[in-house]
Amino acid sequence: MKKDFLSIVITGHVDHGKSTLIGRLLLETGSLPKEKIEEIKKISRQLGKDTEMAYLTDQLEEERRQNMTIDTTQIFFKSRKRNYVIIDSPGHLELIKNMITGSSLAQAAILIVDTAEGVKEQTRRHAYIISMLGITNVIAVLNKMDLVNYSREKFKAISGEIEKFFKTLDIKPSFIIPISAKEGVNISKNHSRLAWYKGPTFLEALDSLKTPAKAARKFLRFPVQDIYGAGGKKIMVGKILSGTLSKGEEIKLLPSYSEARVSAIEIFGKTPSKAKAGENIGIVLDKDLAVKRGDVFIDKRNSAGLTGRFKGDIFWMSSAPLEINKPLNLRLATQEVKCVAEKIEERIDSSTFQTIEENAKQVRINESAVVIFKTDRPLVIEKFSEVEELGRFVLERDSNLVGAGIIT
Amino acid sequence: MDYLEELENKSIYILREAYSRFRNIALLWSIGKDSTTMLWISRKAFFGEIPFPVIHIDTSFKFREIYEFRNTYSKKWGLNLIISKNDAALDAGMCPEKGKFECCNALKTQALKNTIKEHGLKALLLAIRRDEHGIRAKERYFSPRDSDFQWNYQNQPAELWDLYKTRLAQEEHFRIHPMLHWREQDIWQYIMREKIPVTPLYFAKNGLRYRSIGCQTCCKPVPSNADTIKKIVEELKTTVLPERSGRAQDKEDTYTMQKLRSLGYM
Repeated sequence: MKKDFLSIVITGHVDHGKSTLIGRLLLETGSLPKEKIEEIKKISRQLGKDTEMAYLTDQLEEERRQNMTIDTTQIFFKSRKRNYVIIDSPGHLELIKNMITGSSLAQAAILIVDTAEGVKEQTRRHAYIISMLGITNVIAVLNKMDLVNYSREKFKAISGEIEKFFKTLDIKPSFIIPISAKEGVNISKNHSRLAWYKGPTFLEALDSLKTPAKAARKFLRFPVQDIYGAGGKKIMVGKILSGTLSKGEEIKLLPSYSEARVSAIEIFGKTPSKAKAGENIGIVLDKDLAVKRGDVFIDKRNSAGLTGRFKGDIFWMSSAPLEINKPLNLRLATQEVKCVAEKIEERIDSSTFQTIEENAKQVRINESAVVIFKTDRPLVIEKFSEVEELGRFVLERDSNLVGAGIIT
Repeated sequence: MDYLEELENKSIYILREAYSRFRNIALLWSIGKDSTTMLWISRKAFFGEIPFPVIHIDTSFKFREIYEFRNTYSKKWGLNLIISKNDAALDAGMCPEKGKFECCNALKTQALKNTIKEHGLKALLLAIRRDEHGIRAKERYFSPRDSDFQWNYQNQPAELWDLYKTRLAQEEHFRIHPMLHWREQDIWQYIMREKIPVTPLYFAKNGLRYRSIGCQTCCKPVPSNADTIKKIVEELKTTVLPERSGRAQDKEDTYTMQKLRSLGYM
């Protein structure tokens, strides 16, 4: 039997125990080679520390010396129920780009909170980023219960706070779980210290998360990635983002609105008559259309939205602010255009979720915003909830990524 | 679409994305299982005709089986093969006895640097995987390197979804990692399903087999009775030994791999 896969990002404020939780989880589930455990013990000794489970993911010398995660890491892990890709992420404000990098590949998120310290700035900012990235599958864990003597009252107080701020983000955590990653309490097995807690262990909660179902959309969206001339044929390659494509079907190309018939679907070593969403294929047409990277094939009878102006929820990652009417490069699937922020409707503090300013002139680093973009050429877009790849984009300046956004 | 097809599709997308952004690109082929699998998927991505050169970094200390495999399949698959060798260092007597770190750096990293310069390459495709080594787990799919080959691991650019960074300053080049998301057991299951040829070094002889292959001088076999692909797949389900336990350069010092990689090692 094939087990399914779930990718999970571990988020939360600095020092609240993200890497330690991952280390403990791997240790308790027997996922670690003996050699690896010995190595961690040895390095901990060399650095004059108790066995530090965080070193499993904190592999850089600098990370271990400074006791902090610098960059995101992925670790594979298997439970009895399924396979996981666990994504560790840094908790420092300065490293938020690495947290976003890790989170953009996750289907579910864990938000970890130090019960003694309570909810902090990065706790809330990470929750905000999770919601912005469209992750609704969330577990909150209250770590370091050992430091508050496994107090039920303390747990309840902080749980209430967490539920409240997630509610403003339209997210309901599937579980809120008390744990001590350091002492190994309630990770894979419960403990008498937590006799008052009747819910699942962390591992049980993970296993009960549902793998997000991929909605099968009917309409075709097939952006052109590249054009090859192989064996005397002109092959348009790319990934089908939604819908299906059949040999003999009539399709339409945007933005030119030219039409053609699919004379062959090309997959090396096969001669398929049909292809579906998720597949990377090539197609050959019955006539020679002018096609370039970034053009999008759709069903002949479908009328996709082509637009030169749209609204996006963005997160800004550059120390030089976003300013209205200043040129940016925008990439969405394989489409790439020049654009400007025509209007900044709202500028939002990503930690308090409060609107700082309406009709703003700029957006600063680590702030979020609702922005109207105007592009120099029309784009094929969809809502993120409809076709993810056509509802998400990145913004670049001087070839560096400076912001990212979602179309809702 | 099953799990292996998903992995394969993601790799095809990245390979095509890489070629779409950089026509002056090359694939690094160590003749091991991972880069041979990447080569196999590249043949699929480009419909049987890989449109860029394939580089073999030849330290001259490789196994006889590696050279045989390379010569057979580079012909069979019609590859544009470049053999990258640091003759100057070899003539000066460089070998593992002079120090493993120094040897890897001279015969692999420096050889590669020379080849990149000679062919004016802007991007390299490498088959590293996250589950091989903790340092490799920190990698991006598209990773910029400066003119000295340095990997600025303390300040990597953000990489969101599949919108990879593909522009760089004049003096930089890219390391691109289309196999980053594969696990060792995925590779073997895929090899089994696709019937991809691999060198016989991977199969157990007299209770020993190579699990990760580099130079003959710095590579030890691990105890195993897996003499078929099927048995290797089974073995990997229960093994407690790390994949690179037979590789010397991982062992010298805790951070040797980090240091080698920051200098441009693969």
